[in-house]
Amino acid sequence: MFGFSLRPRKTRSAQTAKDRLQILLAHERSAGSGPDCLPELQRDILEVIRRHMKIDKDAVEIKMDRGDEWSSLEINIEFPSTGRA
Amino acid sequence: MTSQLKQDDSDTSKIIVITSGKGGVGKTTSAAAISAGLAQRGHKTVVIDFDVGLRNLDMIMGCERRVVFDFINVIQGDARLKQALIKDKRLENLSILPTSQTRDKDALTKEGVEKVLNELREEFDYIICDSPAGIERGAQLAMYFADEAVVVTNPEVSSVRDSDRVLGLLNSKTQRAERPGAEPIKAQVLLTRYDAQRIARGEMMTVDDVLEILAVPLLGIVPESTAVLRASNEGVPVTMDDPSAASAAYMDAVARLTGEQIEMRLDFDRRPGLFGRLFGRTA
Repeated sequence: MFGFSLRPRKTRSAQTAKDRLQILLAHERSAGSGPDCLPELQRDILEVIRRHMKIDKDAVEIKMDRGDEWSSLEINIEFPSTGRA
Repeated sequence: MTSQLKQDDSDTSKIIVITSGKGGVGKTTSAAAISAGLAQRGHKTVVIDFDVGLRNLDMIMGCERRVVFDFINVIQGDARLKQALIKDKRLENLSILPTSQTRDKDALTKEGVEKVLNELREEFDYIICDSPAGIERGAQLAMYFADEAVVVTNPEVSSVRDSDRVLGLLNSKTQRAERPGAEPIKAQVLLTRYDAQRIARGEMMTVDDVLEILAVPLLGIVPESTAVLRASNEGVPVTMDDPSAASAAYMDAVARLTGEQIEMRLDFDRRPGLFGRLFGRTA
């Protein structure tokens, strides 16, 4: 209304802020155990696997991707190939 | 509207915590403005600084040179409550309980805080607890005994996230949450640093955006205003300073706190003529 409409309209960052918050908070509210959940999970997984095979303490890698519709939990376990001694 | 009529809240005083999680969103400004507003409306009000070690409420209230004893002295039995309370020189219904600038948060104990609050309940209608930032001991004790909470929030992602966290704590780590059968704390959002022009440009989340995310009632909308810094420079609560968009917004919020139904206003942009209207209505 002040005649600045010649400038290209920038993306509406407020909407981005709202979307990001909604996704994040949905997860934070449901995750009762909070930030300790993933380290504990990592420790438990490591313990279970070690019962069956010999792996390194740092061999378990856990990644979480929190999405709107669904989230994914990616667990990567490295262990020595059978070819090695 | 006559403002000196005291409502029948003499039998039950209310403890209201002003909290936010995030720092710098306007907790102390709001605590000062709300408590001065309540006192202006005739309610006996005390405002307590829970930010042990980082005392600032005294400066915002303009009584920093009158602090002798503090909240911690009272908790530890080194001073009586009457000695530590500072009576505001401008409003006879208003008192300030400053905190210690030298001690740390461990000096606060749940029992000590409860004892002081119970003693204050006998004399005051409203007890306003100005919480420190964060969610640790000081913040948790500031909210623990509260009947109501004002969650100060800026329309900005980190502030909204922290407010959500604080709302979770209000519903789990407070006396009302722990007591079976007790009414939960009545929590409301006070949106501060609201900038209508940036919202119009899509650069800032709207009131509805924030409320949709936090899902609690709105106590008020305080526009970004030069009056806030000016008032803190001078040690005058915004609601006691010259009329401004911010002071009008705080007075509306105060009226809602006392149970009045007042329509939420959004037309805070600084068009010429606005101040004239504000002068007219706050007289």
